[in-house]
Amino acid sequence: MARAFTPKVITANHLLDGDVIYMTDTGEWTRLLSEAVLLTDEADADVRLLEAQQQPDVVVGAYLADAKVGADGTPEPTHFREEFRRTGPSNYFHGKQEEAQHV
Amino acid sequence: MYKYNDFDTAFLAERNRQFRAQVERRIDGSLTEDEFKPLRLMNGVYLQLHAYMLRVAIPYGTLSGRQMDQLALLAEKWDKGYGHFTTRQNIQYNWPKLGDIPDMLDALGEVEMHAIQTSGNTIRNVTADHFAGAAADEIEDPRPIAELIRQWSTDHPEFQFMGRKFKIAVSAGEKDRAVLKAHDLAVRVVRNDAGEVGYQILVGGGLGRTPMIGKVLNDFLPREDLLPYIEAVVSVWNQIGRRDNKYKARIKITVHEHGIDDIRARVDERFALVRPTFDGIDQELFADIKAHFAAPEFKTASTEAFDAAYANDTMFRSWADTNLHEHRADGYSIVTISIKKHGDTPGDATADQMRAMAELARQYGHDELRISHEQNVILPHVHKSDLPAIYAALREVDLHTANIGLISDIIACPGMDYCALATARSIPVAQQIATRFDELKLEHDIGHLQIKISGCINACGHHHVAHIGILGLDRAGVENYQITLGGDATETAAIGERAGPGFAYDEIVPAIERVVQGYLELRDGAEETFLETYRRVGLAPFKAYLYPEARANAA
Ligand code: SF4
Repeated sequence: MARAFTPKVITANHLLDGDVIYMTDTGEWTRLLSEAVLLTDEADADVRLLEAQQQPDVVVGAYLADAKVGADGTPEPTHFREEFRRTGPSNYFHGKQEEAQHV
Repeated sequence: MYKYNDFDTAFLAERNRQFRAQVERRIDGSLTEDEFKPLRLMNGVYLQLHAYMLRVAIPYGTLSGRQMDQLALLAEKWDKGYGHFTTRQNIQYNWPKLGDIPDMLDALGEVEMHAIQTSGNTIRNVTADHFAGAAADEIEDPRPIAELIRQWSTDHPEFQFMGRKFKIAVSAGEKDRAVLKAHDLAVRVVRNDAGEVGYQILVGGGLGRTPMIGKVLNDFLPREDLLPYIEAVVSVWNQIGRRDNKYKARIKITVHEHGIDDIRARVDERFALVRPTFDGIDQELFADIKAHFAAPEFKTASTEAFDAAYANDTMFRSWADTNLHEHRADGYSIVTISIKKHGDTPGDATADQMRAMAELARQYGHDELRISHEQNVILPHVHKSDLPAIYAALREVDLHTANIGLISDIIACPGMDYCALATARSIPVAQQIATRFDELKLEHDIGHLQIKISGCINACGHHHVAHIGILGLDRAGVENYQITLGGDATETAAIGERAGPGFAYDEIVPAIERVVQGYLELRDGAEETFLETYRRVGLAPFKAYLYPEARANAA
């Protein structure tokens, strides 16, 4: 039996600075997981991943990452690796956590 | 120190120019990532979890003050003000932007540095004993050999696209400070019964998924045979090494599968063919290289200032007791600067700290610095009379931690805080262990104890050869830490034994505390080190401390 499809987001690194990025509903890229589109349909996810992979001038290494709907209705990681990717390292206040402070 | 000749300089400039063009073509979309990736890896550029990472080679861990200043400049200008020194005697920058990397490489080129062969299936940056040229127990400075191997292997046409990477280490001391037995190939300078100097060649060591201790391939190789012999080894492996499975491609597996005697026979056969193609130019080159590594002129002076500070200043004494090593010249010391302040990230130094160390090297240390695989910085040649001033200067930049060889002198790989391959974090585990034992004020009582942490099975943190090794894994989506005990990274190298089931992130520090408590109770007096106790009593008594529930259940 095929495994049931679990919700996913499309994520990658930005070509220029390597920062973690996510695909939005309109196919744009955002630096915030909370703005990513949560894909619940497998065929849709596959098509969008292909689209992402065809933008080599913006994204590197696009893949589908498991996610779930968080308390505020936006996507949240289900695995700790994705938690670090959306936050930044734990030894310094660098990366996304630092940028979030500036906005 | 080795100085680039015109050819080296031109070669590097050309490489950097090529890479700049490749980056431009990647950014404007004319190169795909698949095309670009091998090119960037050849130039030390990785894509990590949050950003690109640039890995800069520090051949045999040797730097001048000017080079260290330049590393500081890179940290400040193109990164976040710090750099991370690795277990391969390299430095990594965690936040460069792709478009800036060509400028960073040019800046490195100004001080004869680069990022070539820090990645990819090539012969990697050759590592050496970090006390080379200074240690009291060595036959000669092994770095000229490292440099000779570096020159021979850089861009060697046969060895650019091998089945896997190939790591070489060299050392010339009785003690092994370069983890020789965990390298694909290691060269140990030895003296035979006739008093001649030659090389012992070890092969097939390695950590990672299948850890192996290197075996002796040749007990005594005449000096002039070194390069043809290494070439024979690499080419035998390149030919019969497995390419069907990445995890079986390293020479340790080839040696394991064929047996050391079979490999020796093949190497001898190959050597017979290769040897005549070396016409002695390599020996002329070697003589030339050696001249670059001439020892500084050591002075004879009073050590009164040192003796007085040692007698009167307890902080200084404590630092001197842990951070100094015996130098081969009278009145001199080898200073290890700990970049492992309790609670800080092992191996990280800020730009200010780098500059302060560079200045100390210029002022007191014959302009030489070393990076150790243990992720510390060394001033190899310091006269004892200068030590109080050095200590005072280190205090000003918070580099005076007195913990070399102690439990908080932890090796930790970047782990999941940075590394895209990681299965768990390692840095925060190191930070917490160091902080905890500092609070307990037990560190000096515990004595020599090496903890090494890797964030995945690749073992960049050398956990297999730690007295207490920690391996971070992903167990069903949760960080889990496996403990190994009794490993040894020195001439008596050993792979640690797995202690039992792993521990969750919030259980690992208490688990380490229990092991250490166990050691303090089991040891035969304060003189017996952790490793000695472990070798005497074995794993079982330690397990009882590590898994008290099991003991309670069994009772
Ligand atoms: S051991 Fe694993 S996690 Fe650590 S640096 Fe190496 S590859 Fe990355």
